[in-house]
Amino acid sequence: MLTVHKLEVAYGGIKAVKGIDLTVGRGEVVALIGANGAGKSSTLKALSGLLKPSAGRIDYDGAEITGKPAYHLVRRGLAMVPEGRGVFPRLTVVENLAMGAYIHDDKAAITRDFDRAYTLFPRLAERRAQPAGTLSGGEQQMLAMARALMCRPRLLLLDEPSMGLAPLMVQKIFETVRAVAAEGVTMLLVEQNAKLALETCDRGYVMESGVIVLADNAKTLLSSPQVRQAYLGE
Amino acid sequence: MEIFAQQIVNGLVLGSIYALVALGYTMVYGILGLINFAHGDITMIGALVSLTVIQLLAAAGVPAPVILVLAGGSAVLVCAILGLSIERIAYRPLRRAPRLAPLITAIGVSILLQYSAALIWGKQYISLPEIIEPAQFTIFGAQLTSLQAAIFLLACTIMAGLLWFIKASRMGRAMRATEQNPDVAGLMGVNTNTVIAFTFVLGSAIGAIAGLMVVLYYGLGHYFMGFMLGLKAFTAAVLGGIGNVGGAVLGGLLLGIIESLAAGYIGDLTGGVLGSNYRDIFAFLVLVLVLVLRPSGLLGQPGGERA
Repeated sequence: MLTVHKLEVAYGGIKAVKGIDLTVGRGEVVALIGANGAGKSSTLKALSGLLKPSAGRIDYDGAEITGKPAYHLVRRGLAMVPEGRGVFPRLTVVENLAMGAYIHDDKAAITRDFDRAYTLFPRLAERRAQPAGTLSGGEQQMLAMARALMCRPRLLLLDEPSMGLAPLMVQKIFETVRAVAAEGVTMLLVEQNAKLALETCDRGYVMESGVIVLADNAKTLLSSPQVRQAYLGE
Repeated sequence: MEIFAQQIVNGLVLGSIYALVALGYTMVYGILGLINFAHGDITMIGALVSLTVIQLLAAAGVPAPVILVLAGGSAVLVCAILGLSIERIAYRPLRRAPRLAPLITAIGVSILLQYSAALIWGKQYISLPEIIEPAQFTIFGAQLTSLQAAIFLLACTIMAGLLWFIKASRMGRAMRATEQNPDVAGLMGVNTNTVIAFTFVLGSAIGAIAGLMVVLYYGLGHYFMGFMLGLKAFTAAVLGGIGNVGGAVLGGLLLGIIESLAAGYIGDLTGGVLGSNYRDIFAFLVLVLVLVLRPSGLLGQPGGERA
């Protein structure tokens, strides 16, 4: 579904991503793990169209999408939950969700999407009239995920969903990730919490200083001495 | 007491025009963080275009209501195209530049518009042909003309319509989302370039109507008229809290009232030393006071850079 070939991302003259190859198959849940500054978020930003890659090629759903803007890609079913959640702070919860449905105009289906969002996160239903900026960090993460689902993604990119959240909330967010995966949405997940990410995913890539150093199925990675030592603190 | 009521009425009418212009400043600031110093001059172009249309049609003997609609329509059309072009040519290439670059560009565009207008219309004052004879009536002891009432009501209708549009429409929501986080708005499928261009078109079109109102209110137009009008509207936007649409409305009305009251009483207060032609002082006194005492404005959020 997604094929990345020799992707490079640069800020000014500094290369954050140095020619990586990566694939995500239809229905797969894939993790991209690595330390802070390894280039994971830059990769995701290039895939979602927020950054133009400096070199390489991205194919999605049978067509090249390299350098296409985000507003175009989301119409083709490629959505992202950005790092730091990115809720619109002065829009209410309802308005944030409605922004997720911006590309759709079938009223009945949008109503069903709202219902699904509130079923998945009853907390959001309670707070629907509140400005998103007044929600707690965990609630904002729920809102960011619910909003991305309103886009009806076929490929969902998740950037650090556990960042800055309490352990209980992290569990809750990953339960949702699994629930969404069970619905058949393909996902690429960037995480610093390597253990949780690999437990949730089918396959994983390990990134270090802009290159991919390991790629395998998640179970193998979880038991690999290299990963255990570098990312699981053993 | 009669002077007071009269000045309040005058102030509300004048203030509603300031508010319309202030909306253009505040919408662009909200979405780009840019003070579009050319906005007053876009209003001037709207004023002069409508004056020319009125002159031509009045000479041809067209009935007044038709003249007014056509004058307003042409001003809106010209200003909308102008706003769109300015954004595209002057500001968009500087979207990622340091903040000072677009600000200086805005001043450049302002000067360009002023002297283009001087070339087209000349530097003399242009007066409005008599096409309407407003009826006079009295309200709370104050004199009001039907023209003033019409200006005020139209301005209020436009403002209410705009507030509703931003609050409730899909495009309005996209404008607010773009303002708060353009990258994420893009992830939601919003083409932020389109939204920004639309904001310029909307602000310029409203400015064009304000230009027509100024022409009808004062009966005069001039290539430099956008400068003072722009500064006052900017003051109104800052007073209300720049970036805040409701604040622009409030700031405009308040500034109009302050200015009118000051003009009405300044002669008495200074024993006749200063006349009502010193009214402009008060607008800038207000600007200084707001910047010193509450830089985020009446409805702005204190502390936030976006305020």
